Amino acid sequence: MSQETSSSLKTTPLTQIHKELGGKLVPFAGWQMPIQFQGVMQEHQCVRDGVGIFDVSHMGEIEIRGPTARDLIQKLMTNDIDSMQDNQALYTLMCLKTGGVVDDLLVHRFSEDHYFLCVNAANTEKDFEWILKNAGSCDATIRNTSQETAQFAVQGKHSEALLQKLCETSLNEIKYYHFKKAKIHNFESIVARTGYTGEDGFEIYIDAGYAETVFAAILDAGKEFDLQPIGLGARDTLRMEMGYALYGNEINEGSKPLEAGLGWVIKLGKQDFIGKAELEKQKYAGNRRKLVGIRLLDRGVLRPHYRILKNGAPIGELTSGTFSPSLNTGIGLCYVSSEYAEPGTELEVEIRKLSVPAEVVKPPFLPTRVKKN
Amino acid sequence: MGVPKELLYTLEHEWIRVNGKNAVIGITQFAQEQLGDIVFVELPEVGSQIEKESPFGVVESVKTVSDLYAPASGKITKVNKELETNPEKVNNEPYDAGWIVEIELSDETDLESLLDPDAYTEQCEKELE
Repeated sequence: MSQETSSSLKTTPLTQIHKELGGKLVPFAGWQMPIQFQGVMQEHQCVRDGVGIFDVSHMGEIEIRGPTARDLIQKLMTNDIDSMQDNQALYTLMCLKTGGVVDDLLVHRFSEDHYFLCVNAANTEKDFEWILKNAGSCDATIRNTSQETAQFAVQGKHSEALLQKLCETSLNEIKYYHFKKAKIHNFESIVARTGYTGEDGFEIYIDAGYAETVFAAILDAGKEFDLQPIGLGARDTLRMEMGYALYGNEINEGSKPLEAGLGWVIKLGKQDFIGKAELEKQKYAGNRRKLVGIRLLDRGVLRPHYRILKNGAPIGELTSGTFSPSLNTGIGLCYVSSEYAEPGTELEVEIRKLSVPAEVVKPPFLPTRVKKN
Repeated sequence: MGVPKELLYTLEHEWIRVNGKNAVIGITQFAQEQLGDIVFVELPEVGSQIEKESPFGVVESVKTVSDLYAPASGKITKVNKELETNPEKVNNEPYDAGWIVEIELSDETDLESLLDPDAYTEQCEKELE
C-alpha cells in the first residue's frame, strides 16, 4: 500500500474539509485519509473524555435484498443471522471453507429480506466478489453501495447529547448494536449505536452527496461539547486499548479465528455455513495458540512484528503494537502458545535488540464504556 | 518555522548549541512537527562516547521510530532525564526544556560541516515541497 501515488487514491466526500481542518492526509487501504488533526494523543483523549468525530467513509457497504437474502447471509456468516431483529446490528466473521477469515464485518437488518453489511475498506471488492460467487442463482440483489455512501463515527460520552441536537428521533431509544433510520440535520441517514473505540457512540451512514453539509453541521453543533475531528492514528490507539482485532493484523485468510478469541461470533450450533466443518474440527482439536494482550512493564512503545521472548527464546511476534495514551506505555497483541497465555505471565519484548520486560494481559486493556443494554 | 540563529543543524534535523568545549543537542521544531506526539525517548548513558553522524538514541512518536544522529563526536556529560517521564517536552519546547543530551566535544572541526540556520531553513523548505 505504500506504493500508491496520491493520484490513484480514492477520496472521501470530506477530503476538502479535512484539509481545511488541518488534517494530515496519508494513503490508507487505497484511500487518502486523515491520519491526524491536532495530534494523536490529544485526539485520543478527546474521545475518551468527551466526544470526537471520525470520517470512516473508506469503509465499504454492501446491500443484500430479496426473498433469499437471509439464507444467503446465514450461509456466508459465522454468527447466527436468525437471532437478529429488525434494526439490529451484528458483528460477525465471513470465512473461507478453510476457516480462514475473508473479513470481519457488521450485518445490519432492516427487515427479514433486507440487510446491509459494513465491511473493511481494503476488503470491499474482495467481499463483494465472494458474496456474488457464493450467491449463485439465489434470489437476492447484491449491491456494492460504498461509492454512494459516506460514514462518520461520533464517539465519546457526549455523542448522544450532541447528535440529539440535530435529530428528532429519540437516540436514547437506539440500544447498543441497534440502529434506526433517522434524519440528521434534516438528511435521511442510518444511525447505529456501534463503534470501534470502546466508548458510547454512533456510526452514521449517509448519502455521499449530503456528507459535507451534515459533517459541517455536526462540527458546528459539537462546539459546546469541544468536539474535534479525529484521525486514523487515534482510531488505532483507541481500538488497541480495547484489544479489538484489526483485519490484516490479527486476522486474515490464513488465521484461525478461534485462536483470535472470536469463538463468540462463531455459532457452530446453527445450520451449515461456509467454514463450519473446518471450524468444528479446530474447536475439537483445541487451541494450540491464543491471541493475548502484551503490556510493557516500563514506559515504551510497541510496534507490529516486534518479537516476544520467554527467557530469551522467541515465542511469537506482535500482530499489532502501539503506545497507549491512557496507560502511558506500550501495548500490543500477539499469538502465543497456550502455556504462555495466562494473564500476568511475564515475558520480554525485543526492542532494538534489547529484551524489555512485559506481561500478558487479557484484553481489553481498559474497561469499555459502551452503553450495554 | 523556528530556526534559532545561534544554533547549527544536521540534515537529519538535530540542532547543536556550542558553548566552548561543551555542546547541547536536541531535535528541531521541524523534526518534532513531522514526528507528531513524541511518547518515548531512548537516551544514551552518561559517560558513553558518541560518533558524528552515528545514531546515539531514539525518539518515538505514536506512529514512528526515528534515530537521533550525532552532529559531532564527543562524550556524553548529561542526559535530559526529564524526558523519560515527559517526552512531550520535545514537542513543546524543542530548543529549551526538550534538549536531549550534553556532550564534551572531541573535535571542534566536526562543527565545520554542519548547516548554518539559513542553509537549514532552505533544507526544510526543500523537504516540504
